[in-house]
Amino acid sequence: MVRIDGKGNGTALVRVRNLDKKYRRGNEEIHVLQGLNLDVDAGDFVAFMGPSGSGKTTLLNLLGGLDVPTSGTITVAGDEITKLAAAKLTSWRARHVGFIFQLYNLIPVLTAFQNVELPLLLTKLSKSERRKHVETALAVVGLSDRMKHYPRQLSGGQEQRVAIARAIVADPTFLLCDEPTGDLDRKSADEIMEIIERLVREHGKTVLMVSHDPRVAERAPVVLHLDKGVLMEAAKAGGGA
Amino acid sequence: MKSFRLVWANLRRKKIRTTLAIGSFTVALFLFGLLAAIRTGFRGGTDAAGADRLDVINRVSLILPLPFSYRDRLLKVPGVAAVTYANWFGGVYQDERNFFPQFAVDKDTWFDVYSDYVISAEGRDAFMKDRQACMVGRALAKRFGFKVGDRLPLRGTIWTGTWEFNIVGIYDGNRPEADTTGMFFRADYLEERRVFGKGTVGWYVVKLGSPDDAVRVTKAIDALFDNSPYETLTQTEKAFAASFVKQMGNVELLIMTIGAVVFFTLLLVTGNTMAIAVRERSGELAVLKTVGFSDLRVLRLVLAEAVLIAGQGGIIGLALAKLVIPGLSRALPMLGVLYVSPLTFATGLALALAVGAAAGLLPAIGAMRLRVVDALRRI
Repeated sequence: MVRIDGKGNGTALVRVRNLDKKYRRGNEEIHVLQGLNLDVDAGDFVAFMGPSGSGKTTLLNLLGGLDVPTSGTITVAGDEITKLAAAKLTSWRARHVGFIFQLYNLIPVLTAFQNVELPLLLTKLSKSERRKHVETALAVVGLSDRMKHYPRQLSGGQEQRVAIARAIVADPTFLLCDEPTGDLDRKSADEIMEIIERLVREHGKTVLMVSHDPRVAERAPVVLHLDKGVLMEAAKAGGGA
Repeated sequence: MKSFRLVWANLRRKKIRTTLAIGSFTVALFLFGLLAAIRTGFRGGTDAAGADRLDVINRVSLILPLPFSYRDRLLKVPGVAAVTYANWFGGVYQDERNFFPQFAVDKDTWFDVYSDYVISAEGRDAFMKDRQACMVGRALAKRFGFKVGDRLPLRGTIWTGTWEFNIVGIYDGNRPEADTTGMFFRADYLEERRVFGKGTVGWYVVKLGSPDDAVRVTKAIDALFDNSPYETLTQTEKAFAASFVKQMGNVELLIMTIGAVVFFTLLLVTGNTMAIAVRERSGELAVLKTVGFSDLRVLRLVLAEAVLIAGQGGIIGLALAKLVIPGLSRALPMLGVLYVSPLTFATGLALALAVGAAAGLLPAIGAMRLRVVDALRRI
């Protein structure tokens, strides 16, 4: 169940209260997010839509602990991340968040296997355990046969699948996807969305996704609109918002 | 280090740039090895000088002789255990470019006072029996292919004419950097043939009963010959050797200055290379931070890259120096024994790593402070 009225019962996986984010550009103060409330339960798949500059990516960055709000609180699985110091926030991110970016952001000098392994280098897993996890993650995205390929040897869709494998390999609490299909053709975009849907459906992952493409956003059961920093419901068939 | 593969992969990303960066360290450390070896060569006499030996020379100048009669008077000075002497010969072997030092020495005492020269019993025996006998150093023998039994002719420059010697032994040093580029022959052979300077020696070497007596014996010897036609200047062998080095100017300062300039330039060049590398990769560093790499870990990654470049270049440069310097030492014997000691190697490597770390520090701090959100926005 996804709510944006701030009246959730406290059992939500992600709980956002009165979130404000302001930037200063020269003398001008930009109010990106205004008093935003959000409750997302485990296993939910939420898409955020909105025009450029509406605050979608900023919201995602705040939820992932990459940025800090001007005011308000974000609580994930009981941890109030807005209270965490930078170092603790980094280790929290390693344990709880999987990021998927529009431009994949793979390390070009590492193979698909090595890219996926990156988050596991921060764990205490042995080499063989890491290998097992990476192979599983790559199998989930259907790239078992591309493990030794470098990003330049993969198509855009395959690169994004490696990025998804990297995002899920450490089994994070939730996935944050920032325009995951924004740089792909329609066919590849559909394949990526199928994988994301499967992660929600079959693996119970919680996914929060930003997209400007209505066709992509509509694949999520819940679509929320952000406009000038304010979150609005957009009820749809099968959705709970 | 689990992230080593990432560091290594980053180094291979721009192969030409990495090779050039490693190359600058190679050149710098080669130069360091060379300068350190030259410094060792210049200081060779100083380092090898025995603490229990004094050199007695003519107070006016080293090139002026001292009477042979001083030997017995020196032996009577309390604290003196033994006395030997030597003359500079200055002969030419085939061509003036084939310079090597030759000394006419007292056959009975020289190798006792200089027990740091290692010679065989047969060689010593032959040296005592043959008036024309000579001992050549291992490095000298290698340079000209001399072997025991060879006849060695020298053209005299101070005492003219052709002087013939029989090589009866090859001496070694008791340390790897010992000077074995010289030749010793018997002073009685010189005394017999020379037409001037008879009854004199070039300098005396006094062996002390105890090194603690050095100051007292030094004063006693010079006081003994005060107001004589041949006043003496007595100094420890170390001071004597050092005065030779001083005649060449402040070589040490020159070497240190060149070294400092080279390393400072290296610091700037490598620092710039690392800064460019980090700037180019700010997006990737942001991704690493996004997946949970801490600021400190990112700092270590960048530092490790710089140190690895420095380490590789350092090892190659020092190894090259070690390889090339023996040849250089043979080609330029006037520089003394050039030698890259293990200490020089270790010091050079430590310097290279320190410069690498210093060069990588600012870019690494920049990477550490990189804000993920800003860097991702720039991608």
